[in-house]
Amino acid sequence: MKRKAVIEKIALIILMICAVLSIFAVCSITVYMFMKGTPALSKVGVHKLLFGTVWKPTAESASYGILYIILSSIVGTGMTLLIGVPVGLMTAVFLSEIAGKRIAAVLSSAVELLAAIPSVIYGLIGMMVLNPWMYKLEKIIFSNSKEHQFTGGANMLSAIIVLAIMILPTVISVSVSSLKGVTASLRSASLALGATEIQTIFKVVIPAAKSGILTGVVLGIGRALGEAVAINMVAGGSVNIPLPFNSVRTLTTQIVSEMGYANGLHRQVLFTVGLVLYIFIMIVNYILLRARKKGVENE
Amino acid sequence: MKKRFLSIILTVGVMAMAVTGCGGNSSSADKGNGDGTSAAGNSELTGTITLAGSTSMEKLCEAMSESFMSEYPGITVTAEYTGSGAGLESLAAGSVDIGNASRHLKDDETAGGAVENVVAIDGIAVITNKENKVKDISKEDLAKVYSGDIDNWSKLEGKDEAIVVIGREAGSGTRDGFEELLDVKDKCKYAQELDSTGAVLAKVASTPGAIGYVSLDVVDDSVSALTVDGAEASEENILSGSYILSRPFVMATKGEIDKQSDLVKTWFDYVKSDAGKDVISKVGLIIPE
Repeated sequence: MKRKAVIEKIALIILMICAVLSIFAVCSITVYMFMKGTPALSKVGVHKLLFGTVWKPTAESASYGILYIILSSIVGTGMTLLIGVPVGLMTAVFLSEIAGKRIAAVLSSAVELLAAIPSVIYGLIGMMVLNPWMYKLEKIIFSNSKEHQFTGGANMLSAIIVLAIMILPTVISVSVSSLKGVTASLRSASLALGATEIQTIFKVVIPAAKSGILTGVVLGIGRALGEAVAINMVAGGSVNIPLPFNSVRTLTTQIVSEMGYANGLHRQVLFTVGLVLYIFIMIVNYILLRARKKGVENE
Repeated sequence: MKKRFLSIILTVGVMAMAVTGCGGNSSSADKGNGDGTSAAGNSELTGTITLAGSTSMEKLCEAMSESFMSEYPGITVTAEYTGSGAGLESLAAGSVDIGNASRHLKDDETAGGAVENVVAIDGIAVITNKENKVKDISKEDLAKVYSGDIDNWSKLEGKDEAIVVIGREAGSGTRDGFEELLDVKDKCKYAQELDSTGAVLAKVASTPGAIGYVSLDVVDDSVSALTVDGAEASEENILSGSYILSRPFVMATKGEIDKQSDLVKTWFDYVKSDAGKDVISKVGLIIPE
């Protein structure tokens, strides 16, 4: 009897330590980011740093404006959702509502594989296949433009397309499980009232699975916002206004590409960029938490 | 406690990131040490040599000091990268032994007693896509291409193709050197800013109409190197001075080297030894005659 109690106790302690460890990890990362990210804010000036548009960290009179970088991240993520979410949702509907067992099995393993592909592979394909196509398109669109600077196809649009494909698996798998969670009685009732299958899907099933789908979207935002490697390879990397055919730099690629040789204030500003990214991710997670809570309340 | 432990891990991680840029140096340092002639009898010298100056020389200094310190375990070499001007100021003020500069010394600096010791020469090649028919570019035109005034190869007697201006990220030594030599510092309008030499090579090789710059030693046949003002980018032309995209790496001392302390003399002896030369060529620089 006693031995059993001791084992129980030890197991409890081990579980507790593991749980505490992850909490401490989050806390110390948060503390570290704020400690490292805030000094530059006061040295450069909050307004100059966050709303400045000129990024010249190594100039004689250095300028550390990261507004375009922040905007590139926001616009890039937004456009990614615009493409990725409809495609992902439709795929999920097809998978859970329409496809037969065999097709569904093939499709869902393809989606799983898509999720497992490392981001550097996405970047590589984007760089070798997508960028040259983009360059051709760019040449056609801007053939008469005097102002446009040709980027060789490495632009925001390439980044958006790559990201849209990358968030698909997340959106699809979360949406599928929430669509499957909608009770059969709802569907039967709708069909019995004379609604067609498509009407049932779009007017009954999807609204009922709303909160789950939203969770998928928010997770997609997180992935798009935090991706660095693939974007670094396809987006060009100059700090510009986030227009589709401009070479852009996002919060993540900013850190990746300049951390290597940066020193002094330049380095500190890169930590601030990290802090901004971290805050964005925190906001996304807060929304996610709210969405899940709401989902629980609805059920 | 755990908090501290984790922040240490994080710090180490970030530091590891910071030094990845110099990652290639360790192997060269090891090699340099292996080639060193004197293995014994180096331990009697102890002390510290301090260097300060050019950020572009970071790679060279790190590799050289690592190799040097494994040869002379008693000597510590500390280097700060504050910029050429600041390094020479520290030298003049006597706060460092050696002032690093990635340019020739100015008259007022030599008047202050600083002596120019060129330890290495940095050469930068201008590369274009293989398909490009333009083979030569003048210094002025190159500056105009990078500042955005020339945006089509047709203006340089090439075919009608937009110029895709590719460069390195802010903070890169190559970018710093290139912009300094062309006098376009912070006036460049890059279409792409890439964070490694390899990426520049790959992008230029795959993008028709692209132009880029890389260290001279990495140019391969996936791209073509332009001649600048008619001079081919080669070691001979750089040493003779006809190829202009090169700059000296100077380790300036206050007074001639033979007037320096034994430690500093040992440092320069090492830099000029075979092991030192090995380090210089391993980091992609040219050994001065």
